[in-house]
Amino acid sequence: MASTTTTADVHAPSANSADDNYLTHDKGVASWLLTLDHKRIGIMYFTCVILAFALGGLFALLIRTELWAPGKTIVDADTYNQLFTLHGAVMVFLVIIPGIPAALGNFVLPLHLGAKDVAFPKLNLMSWYMWIIGACFLVSSLIISAADTGWTFYTPYSTTTQTAVIPALAGAFILGFSSIFTGLNFIVTIHKMRAPGLTWFRLPLFVWGLYSTAIMQVLATPVLGITLLMLIVERAVGIGIFDPELGGDPVLFQHFFWFYSHPAVYIMVVPAFGVISEIIPVFSRKRLFGYSFIALSSVAIAILSFLVWGHHMFVSGQSVLAGSIFSGITFLIAIPTAIKVLNWISTMYKGAIHLDTPMLYGLMFLWVFTIGGMTGLFLSTMSTDVHLHDTYFVVAHFHYVMMGGAITAFFGGLHYWWPKMWGRMYNERTGRIGALFVFIGMNLTFFPQFIMGSRGMPRRYYNYLPEFQPFHQASTIGAFILGIGFLMTTVSLLRSLMKKPDAPMNPWGSNTLEWTIPSPPPYYNFSDVPQVTEGPYEYDNWVYDEKTGDYKRKGTEASS
Amino acid sequence: MMNLLALATDPKDLTHGVKLPESPYYWLPARGSTTADAVDGLFNYIYWVSVISVVLLLGLMIVFVIKYKAKDRNVKPEGATDHHTGLELIWSTVPLPVVLLMFAWGFQGFVNLRTTPKDAYEIHVTAQKWKWLFEYPNGYADDVLHVPVGRKVRAVITSMDVVHSFGLPAFRTKEDAVPGRYTELWFEPTQPGEYPVFCDQYCGTDHSGMITKVVAHEQADFEKFLEDAQKKMDLMPPMELGEKMYNQQGCAGCHTLDGSPKTGPSWKGLFGKMETMSDGSTMMVDENYIKESIMEPQAKMVKGFPPAMPTFKGKLSDKKIEGLIAFIKAQK
Repeated sequence: MASTTTTADVHAPSANSADDNYLTHDKGVASWLLTLDHKRIGIMYFTCVILAFALGGLFALLIRTELWAPGKTIVDADTYNQLFTLHGAVMVFLVIIPGIPAALGNFVLPLHLGAKDVAFPKLNLMSWYMWIIGACFLVSSLIISAADTGWTFYTPYSTTTQTAVIPALAGAFILGFSSIFTGLNFIVTIHKMRAPGLTWFRLPLFVWGLYSTAIMQVLATPVLGITLLMLIVERAVGIGIFDPELGGDPVLFQHFFWFYSHPAVYIMVVPAFGVISEIIPVFSRKRLFGYSFIALSSVAIAILSFLVWGHHMFVSGQSVLAGSIFSGITFLIAIPTAIKVLNWISTMYKGAIHLDTPMLYGLMFLWVFTIGGMTGLFLSTMSTDVHLHDTYFVVAHFHYVMMGGAITAFFGGLHYWWPKMWGRMYNERTGRIGALFVFIGMNLTFFPQFIMGSRGMPRRYYNYLPEFQPFHQASTIGAFILGIGFLMTTVSLLRSLMKKPDAPMNPWGSNTLEWTIPSPPPYYNFSDVPQVTEGPYEYDNWVYDEKTGDYKRKGTEASS
Repeated sequence: MMNLLALATDPKDLTHGVKLPESPYYWLPARGSTTADAVDGLFNYIYWVSVISVVLLLGLMIVFVIKYKAKDRNVKPEGATDHHTGLELIWSTVPLPVVLLMFAWGFQGFVNLRTTPKDAYEIHVTAQKWKWLFEYPNGYADDVLHVPVGRKVRAVITSMDVVHSFGLPAFRTKEDAVPGRYTELWFEPTQPGEYPVFCDQYCGTDHSGMITKVVAHEQADFEKFLEDAQKKMDLMPPMELGEKMYNQQGCAGCHTLDGSPKTGPSWKGLFGKMETMSDGSTMMVDENYIKESIMEPQAKMVKGFPPAMPTFKGKLSDKKIEGLIAFIKAQK
């Protein structure tokens, strides 16, 4: 039925008709739940990720409300511990890791490549079901007796606490498979299904980002799977692997855990680099500065990311020699990352900049990610890390990078591809106001946490010394502004589904392949196999048409 | 007694009287040791590198947005440069020495933090949920850390249950307390005064209550303080000693005195009570049962409570155990 070759195009009934697209091609719930279409799977992922994001965000607001004043504000200490555990687990495993690759990536990747679908459409659907099953386990922990271990599951706390840790572990274990399936699928797709003429160095950088991410997903996630399985076995049958009471080693768990979870940080942020590399050139109307550097450094980061896990463990009793190697390699990653920021900024130099909502998210990314990256220097330097380790400084740093990096890029990409996904333009005004709220909220929430942290405030504290209160209050106000921003943005996007105007084929004047087909795309994507003759960021041949709000390729303006 | 009750129920009092000393610096807390001076220099270096870089990068970004903002959709960009070898060489090489210095300085500082001088004064630090215990060479033990100014102090750290982290922000040092092994850190206090001690590694319910203070004494005062404190403990009547142990050894974290069960049974009215054990048998709480529960907590567990208590075998003298029994007896 769903052949993966592009010759299937001949079966497409009236592929050119405006009414027949992937949204209308089949009807009914079953046509969605059993679909093998990468675009529909992308949309289903997107819906679930947004719901999980709302849940994780709700936990975040409860945490911040509790921290408004020292002592008890709304919940007791145990509930607070469960809240931050679930906030972390939901945001990491259900939102940020699948967010860009599985939701945006699924929708965009085959379109970027000029392909009909991913290489293994059934595996793709399977990965979505794995996500659903994993999410059910994770949320079931919430209903039974939510885990209170922190998302890091450090032993022997996680093997001895009375809460429902096993369902949470099982959830993360299953979600790992979802991630591996997506990664495997993308690697094969990128290798085998590029359109004729689409050489490696003509690939959009989003594809390079997804490729680097996929390598890490496939290589690192199994380690997490085995680690979590060992933890489940230790808890369930008492085999001593990590608990010293049973003859195990608690620090071994930290090594295993970070061996996955550091690459996971790049699984979260490298696809974000890809999205930003799409947005900035399109809205600057200029070729991306330093294409091959950005492409290859993503791959280099993917490889190096496996060799830095010990920088999470400078105060665990790890040897000085080991620590210094981990610190050194961490700096090796820092430099190319800083150069990427310079590349993005240079792209804007002498450009023709349009401040549409996706670009606002792009600029927001540069702002927040630069601060997040610079504060990483304090933590990769060993002696300053000792003071800052496990304080709010770390919390602020990774929220600037994860929230400010991955989530900002996710929302930027969402606005950018929204017209293609749904065939509708979102409201530019509410989109921009939402972005402004997100920007203010993000900085107000997390910047005071840097100051608290460097002054010594430890993380995961239910109660705190009164001296820290002003910073906590600023942070709480920021969190609510951030919440309002995301709510406004979501409402604005959803409203666009019910309202005109319809989106044209290429509203941003982009030169990647997905913009050469109608919005929303036909069921079979491309009616003819596209021939690629130039790089992804050539805009000279696209001319804006005032009447339709569409960009047309030079020489084809009259024909439509 | 009333004070203790308040401490257990009002979380605002969980700060245990610990205060953050006034700091002359905006970003960092007041300094109290030689190690702090060394770390702060590097902190300031990285801070200024970051500030300059952020201002430069974001400044450029803002200038470009203002300068090159397009008036309408068909404006062509002024330039088309997509690489510039000279520029790329500069920004690949200039950060290199800046970052190398960071790494080397950090390495040297870390070696210093982790290399304990040979003649250091040794204090044993034991972490447990949710309490610190500090033991001195003369046998004295306290839940507040007392240290001499101008003398190198070595802390030998371990944990009785889960991973904790022994954090001393004023001394800019920290090390995890790992069950089943010893870790260590050292510092040399420079200023008499009181500074906070935090648990920095998440350890459960009362993680944020696991704070205490480090008191830096002048050397002469320190010797005298230790001697007096030890003498006082030797002469303490059993009941008072038991109360001290109740607070110092972490009993208070799980056993209340007001009848409400926590992680373990409350001590109110416990002595002489018939308890149902986890295997269904019943048993009277007497001197022998209490002693056994301190030495081998998991041997006979009261029904409905988790096996959370660590053993105190070899940690408490008979005198201290007798004190605890006397204290439990008094909770009617």
